[in-house]
Amino acid sequence: MHPVRKQRLYLVLFVALFSSVAVGLVSYALRGNINLFYPPADVASGKAPTGQPLRVGGMVEKGSVQRADDSLEVSFMLTDYQASVPVVYIGILPDLFGEEQGAVASGVLDSEGVLQATEILAKHDENYMPPEVAYALENSGYDKKGKTK
Amino acid sequence: MWTFFHKLGSPPWLYAIAGAILRWLVPITLVALVGGMVWGLLLTSPDFRQGNSYRIIYIHVPAAVVALAGYYVMAIAGAISLIWRMKMADVVMKAAAPVGAALTFIALLTGAIWGKPTWGTWWVWDARITSMLILLFLYLGVVALYEAFDNKEAAGKACAVLSLVGMVNIPIIYKSVDWWYSLHQPASIKFSGESTIDPSMLYPLLLMIAAFYALFTCCLLMNMRAELLQRESRTQWVKKIAGKEGRR
Amino acid sequence: MYFDSFQALLTMNGHGIYVWPAYLITIVVIIAVLVAPVRRRNRLLEQLAAELRRTESAAVSGVRGQQ
Repeated sequence: MHPVRKQRLYLVLFVALFSSVAVGLVSYALRGNINLFYPPADVASGKAPTGQPLRVGGMVEKGSVQRADDSLEVSFMLTDYQASVPVVYIGILPDLFGEEQGAVASGVLDSEGVLQATEILAKHDENYMPPEVAYALENSGYDKKGKTK
Repeated sequence: MWTFFHKLGSPPWLYAIAGAILRWLVPITLVALVGGMVWGLLLTSPDFRQGNSYRIIYIHVPAAVVALAGYYVMAIAGAISLIWRMKMADVVMKAAAPVGAALTFIALLTGAIWGKPTWGTWWVWDARITSMLILLFLYLGVVALYEAFDNKEAAGKACAVLSLVGMVNIPIIYKSVDWWYSLHQPASIKFSGESTIDPSMLYPLLLMIAAFYALFTCCLLMNMRAELLQRESRTQWVKKIAGKEGRR
Repeated sequence: MYFDSFQALLTMNGHGIYVWPAYLITIVVIIAVLVAPVRRRNRLLEQLAAELRRTESAAVSGVRGQQ
C-alpha cells in the first residue's frame, strides 16, 4: 500500500479505536445509571437507595396480586427468584400486567421496604406466537421456550 | 477485477448501472413492501400476549435492523473516502445519511406507538431506546455537517470522521438489552439457535426485513444518481442527459 | 384473512388506533424518501437543460452578430 494511504488507514483505525475506548470508559463509569431498574436482589441487599425515586424490575409473583375492592389500589410482589420486593400502586395497570409476567415499577422505597409506586410498566419477553400455539404448548406441558415445566 | 473498480470510479458508468438496477429493484421493493404489510396486517394470527398491537413488529424491526446496517454502509464508505480519497465513496456516504435517518425515525416512532399499549408508556430512557435516539442524531449530524461546509471536500472529511466515531454506537445498540437492565426485550430473531418467534410470524417478518434492505438500496442508488448529476454538472455526459430528459 | 369483517380489521380489538397510525406514518416516510431524490434529479436536469438552451441561443446570436 502507498505509504500516505497507509498513514491515513492508521489514522482512521486510531479514530475508531480511540472513540470506542472513550465510550467504553464512560459507560463503565456510568454502569449503574444505564440500568433502567434495580433487580429485587439489589433492593434486598441494600444496594438500592431508599427515600428517593427509583425503579425496580422483576417478575410479578404468582398469587401475590391483591386488588382493593373500593379503589384502584393494587399490591403485589416483584421477584427475581432470589429476593422479593412488595409494591403498592394506585392507578391503572397496563394491559400486559399479570402474574408471572415481567413488570417495572417506579416509585420510592419507604422505611419498611415497600415500594410506593407511581408508575407500573409491563415488560414483555421476546416470545411471539399465535394464541392457539401457546394453548397447545400449555397443554403439552412445555413452556414457551420448549422446556418442560 | 481492477477494471471493475476503475469503472466504479467512473461517474457515467455508475449513473447508468444504478439506473439499470433501479429499473427492476424499485418495482420488486414496492411489491415486497405491500405484500409484507398485507401479510403482517391481515393474514397472520395475533400474538398470544400482545394481541394485535404486535403487528407493528413488521415495520419496527425491519426499520431498526436496516438503520443499523445502513450506518455501517455510511461509516465504511466514509473510511474508504478518507483513506483512498475515492470520490464515489464520498457520494455513497452522503447518499446513505438521509435514508438512515428516515429509517431510524420510523423505528423510534413505531416503537413509541407500540410501547403505549404493551409497556404502558410512549417513552422510557432505557439503554436500547436512548442509544437508538443517539443513532438518529448521528445520521442527522452527518446530513447537517455536510450542509454546514462550503468546501465540499472538507465537508466529506468531517462527515467521515463523525460517522467513524459514531460507529461505536452500533454494537452498543445491538448489545444494550443484554448488557444492561432495560425495558426493551432481547432480540427474537437469533443468528445462532432457534428464534423465539413462531414460524407463521417469522416468515412475513423476514420478508419485510428483505423489503426494507431493498428499499434502502433503492434510496441509496437514487440519492447517488442525483448527487452524481450535481457534482458532474459541468461535464459532457451530464449535459447530454439534461438535453434528453431535462425538457418540461 | 384473520379478521372476520372490515370493522374488526379497523379496530383490531382496540389496538387499531396504534397499529394503523404506525403503518400510515411509515408509508408516508417511505414515499418521502423515495420521491425526494427523484424530484431533486428532475429539478437539476431541468435547470441544466434551461442553461444549455440559453448558452445555445447565446452562441447562435453571437455568430449572427459577427456576420
